[in-house]
This record gives sequence, structure tokens and C-alpha cells, in this order.
Amino acid sequence: MIEGILAVGITTSIFILLSAILLVAEKYFTDYGICSITINEGSSVLEQKGGITLLSSLIDNKVFIPSACGGKGSCGFCKVIVQSGGGSILPTETSFMTRGEIRSGVRLACQVKVKQNLEISIPEGLLSVKEFSATVASSIELTHDIKELTFDLIEPVDIEQKPGQYIQICAPAPDGVVFRAYSISSPSYEKNKVQIVVRLIPGGIASTYIHGLKVGDSVMFTGPYGEFILSEDESTDIVCVGGGAGMAPINNIIHSLYAKWPNRKCYLFFGCRTLNDVFYLEQFKELAKIHPNLKIVYGLSDPIGDDEEWDGDSGFIHLSVDKHLEFGKKSQAFLCGPPPMIEAVTDILSEKGLKAEDIFYDKF
Amino acid sequence: MSSTPLLVILVGSIFTNNIIFASFLGMCSFMAVSDKIDTAIGLGSAVTFVMVATTAINYLVYHYILVPLGLEFISYIIFIAVIAAFVQFVEMFVERFSPGLYIALGIFLPLITVNCAILGVSLFMVLRNYNFLQSTVFGLGGGLGWTLAIMLMAGLREKMGYSNVPRPLKGAAVIMLVTGVLAMAFMGFSGIINL
Ligand SMILES: Cc1cc2nc3c(=O)[nH]c(=O)nc-3n(C[C@H](O)[C@H](O)[C@H](O)COP(=O)(O)OP(=O)(O)OC[C@H]3O[C@@H](n4cnc5c(N)ncnc54)[C@H](O)[C@@H]3O)c2cc1C
Ligand code: FES
Repeated sequence: MIEGILAVGITTSIFILLSAILLVAEKYFTDYGICSITINEGSSVLEQKGGITLLSSLIDNKVFIPSACGGKGSCGFCKVIVQSGGGSILPTETSFMTRGEIRSGVRLACQVKVKQNLEISIPEGLLSVKEFSATVASSIELTHDIKELTFDLIEPVDIEQKPGQYIQICAPAPDGVVFRAYSISSPSYEKNKVQIVVRLIPGGIASTYIHGLKVGDSVMFTGPYGEFILSEDESTDIVCVGGGAGMAPINNIIHSLYAKWPNRKCYLFFGCRTLNDVFYLEQFKELAKIHPNLKIVYGLSDPIGDDEEWDGDSGFIHLSVDKHLEFGKKSQAFLCGPPPMIEAVTDILSEKGLKAEDIFYDKF
Repeated sequence: MSSTPLLVILVGSIFTNNIIFASFLGMCSFMAVSDKIDTAIGLGSAVTFVMVATTAINYLVYHYILVPLGLEFISYIIFIAVIAAFVQFVEMFVERFSPGLYIALGIFLPLITVNCAILGVSLFMVLRNYNFLQSTVFGLGGGLGWTLAIMLMAGLREKMGYSNVPRPLKGAAVIMLVTGVLAMAFMGFSGIINL
């Protein structure tokens, strides 16, 4: 009996002692005091409590760095140049960097911990990224797992965006918030609203949150981000290839394009599995009546059912690209969809004579 | 107290009583992390370091707290707690004071908490009645032996990448077989000394 109590008592005391040592150690070891972060040679200086990542420090101070994966170190978007105070580059970062970038001190902001004073530089364009508050104006189900959401901007009231750019929506998560990237689907001439097209990922934090939003709910996002620049040369054809939620940037590109160049040649290839996955087709057919140079090809990869009607293509979408695209025309391509699709289409496009620098893609 | 000389303990724990090839302890990380020599060395050094330190701490806890109170039977729980806490501590310490080492060892440290070779060495030390110095040397030998084993395996696996392993034996199966062969090779040492 006594022995039992003693055993429990000693075990407990040793456990408590060990925990106490660890707690004290943690407090001591992770206290880095206040560190200063100097951005672009002093154009702004942030004071930040050390111990957290550079990415979080910047976001806390309303400097919005693209971070599509939310700081997990898996997207490679959060690149900044760290001139001093960042320590040496981590193995988790090198796979996203070219040798030149490593030499010039490029780091992933989500992997750098603020432990001392830092000097960093970030592209001026990012300093113009803003934080928007907005309300949901509409939420429409496009297919069984894809929804189109439109946000009315409240503060600031307008957005300057270019086709192909994206915003990062702030979604509540078990431990704080996460930011996830969504391409802007509304054309760039619509300044007071932002539309996105979101596919529900089972178990996904942000996509579940967005699918659950109701008209009138408020949302917060940052943006715009992204580098894609539409060719201004009217003789360059535009080739858009997408699948699923990859429609979003393509919708933006096509509408923005025809607002500026009504006669420009543009191909839209959109891959679906079944008839149930098709959306926006009627709307594009209407647009093609006004702008005959818009060529629309939707392809279904699954066989068509007996009672279904389909006048589009069959088979995977890269086969349609192969079939319809002429060889050697000067073109710029924008691909948006799952990685295997992007790879297959990239191969076909190079066979058609497109240069690698004219092929842009977003992998979803 | 055991009277085995320190040098015998050291050599014995590396070769004749190799913790992997004689006792088959610490197999999970041995199988999982033995695909490259570099990482094997990283994990091996982390294991050695933790093994030496926790054997020493556990010796003190055992002989100065548990034995006087007659509580030897809770040594398992206490040893595990000490190991887990120590690993946590080292992780924080290294992260703060040596970022370079943290990058090299950081990913391996959490793996060590669940490495049964570490617990095994602490338990053997009790079983064999070692004194403090002997225990520490035994910890060192155990760690070095483990490192030697995982390096041998990593070297073989790097070579095995080029060979044509029959389909059903690919992956874990062939590693088990190779481990068996290596263990037999290590049995050759057993005549020299025995712990
Ligand atoms: C530049 C860019 C633009 C994007 N634009 C859009 C867009 O317009 N519309 C859109 O719907 N999405 C878009 N995405 C993807 C989007 O940012 C999210 O990754 C996606 O919605 C999943 O986030 P989540 O929080 O719901 O899932 P998480 O909680 O992050 O993940 C849940 C689980 O799903 C897995 N998972 C994550 N993403 C995917 C995926 N795409 N397919 C399959 N499994 C996945 C994860 O590995 C995890 O296991 C874009 C991404 C980038 C980088
Ligand atoms: S935020 Fe994705 S890699 Fe840093």
C-alpha cells in the first residue's frame, strides 16, 4: 500500500519536475526580445517580438507576401531577399531556389525565424498588396463540388488587378487563421467586386469555409498577387487550357481580353470528366457570337452516357489541344488545372512550337 | 558492482553485443533512415549523444532516487520520461545556440524519443550492475555500435540501388534479410569478449 502511494508520488513528482525544467527552458530559449526588421534599405522598419517566422511577422505588420501554402514551405511563393540576420539557408528551401537565387540571399519567408535584427528586401509591387474587407454578394453552385462566389468590396472599395492574378482568402482554422490562394475570376475592368471559383477539397480548411459562406457574410482577403502579364501584341494568339476550378483565371483573361481587343484570336480548352462537370459553356458561346475569334473546345474524358447529348470533344483535354491548335502560330498560353494535365499540355504546346517562356501555369 | 574493464565494455558494446545486430533494438529508425550514408551519420551521432547523456542521467535517477526508496519497478516509466524530456531539452537548446547543428540533427531528434535502443541501454546498465563510469562508457559504445550498424546498412543500400532485387523482396523485406546476414557476420566477433 505505502509502496504504491510512494511509487505514484515519485512518478508524479519526477514528471512534474521534468515538465517544469522544460517550461523554464522553453521560456528562456525562445525569448529573443524585440527584433527590428528593416525593409528595402530603410523604407520601413518593423519592430517585432522574436521567435516567430519572418512571414508571420510581415503579415502581422500588414506587409503581405504571397504564401499560397500558408507557411508550410511547400509552395515556394514567399521568397524575399534577406541581406542579414537570417542565418544560413535550410534544406527545406533549396529545392525552390536556383543557384543564382541562393547566392543573392533569397529565402522563403516562412522558413526564416526572426531571432535577431533583420535586413530584407522585397519587390516594390508587393508593398502595394492590400488587405480587403468584403461581403458575399452571391454564392452559386456551378457543379456538384464547384461554387462561384462574388464579393462586394467594402474597404478599400476598388481593386486594381490583372488577369491571372490571385487573392489570398483568410479562413478560420483550428489554430488561428490560414491564407489560401484563389485566382480572380472577375474581369479586371470590374473594380468593385471580386469573383472566385472554388472547388471543395474534402477536409480542406479554406475550401470548406468558402463553400459554407452565405450571402451577406463578411470575408477578409489580401491581394492581388501574381506575375502573369498578358501579351499586349494583338497578333499573338492566346491559348487557355483549364480544368475544374482552373476556370477562374481563364474567365478573367478571356473577358478582359475581349474588352480591350474585340477581334483577338483566343482558344479556350476546358477539360471535364462528365457532362455534370461542365459549366460556363453557354455563357462563352454567347461571347463567341459577339467575338467570332474566340474558339471554345470543351472535352469530356469519361465516355458519354446513352441518354446524354454532347457536341464537344471526347478524351483528355491535351488531345483536343493537339487536334485544334495550328503549328507555329505566335501564341501565349495559360494553363490552369491539376499537375498531370499541365504536364501533358505543356508537352503538346512545345510540339506546336510554343516557347517555354510563353507558357504560364498555375497548378491546383 | 560489475568489474568489467571500461575498454572491454566499449569494444563489447560496439562489436560483440552490438545493440542492433545482437539485441535487435532500435530497428524502426534503423530501417527507415538507412537509405543514405549522410543521413545515417546524422541520426547516428544524435543517437550516440542522447544515449550517453540519458544513460548517465538515468544512472543517477535510478541509484539515488529509485533504489533508496525501493522503487526499482517503476524504472521503465521514469527512464522513458527522462529520455523524452532530455530530447525535448536538447532540441530547444540546439535550436537556440547552434542553428547549423539544428538543421543537421533537428529532424532526427524527435525520432530518437521513440528509439527503443536508448531505453534498452538504460535497462541493460541496470541489469549488468554497471557503475557510473561503466554506464556512461556503455552508452557511448551502444551509440557508436548503433551508428556503425546504420552506416553499414546505408552503404549497402546505396549500392543495392543498382542491383536487381526480386520484386517480392523489394523494400523492407530485403533490408530484413541483409540485417540478418550482417548479424551473422557480427557473430564472428562474439569469441573475442562477451558482456
Ligand atoms: C496560385 C494559386 C491559385 C489558386 N486558385 C484556386 C482557384 O481559383 N480555385 C480553387 O478552388 N483553388 C485554387 N487554388 C488552390 C487553393 O489555394 C487551395 O490549395 C485549395 O482550395 C485547398 O485548400 P484547403 O484549405 O481547402 O485545403 P487544406 O486544408 O490545405 O488541405 C486539405 C487536404 O487536401 C489536400 N489538398 C490541398 N489542395 C488540394 C488540391 N488542389 N487538390 C487535391 N487535394 C488537395 C491537402 O494535401 C490536404 O491533405 C489555387 C492555388 C494556387 C497556388
Ligand atoms: S508560404 Fe509556401 S513556401 Fe513559404
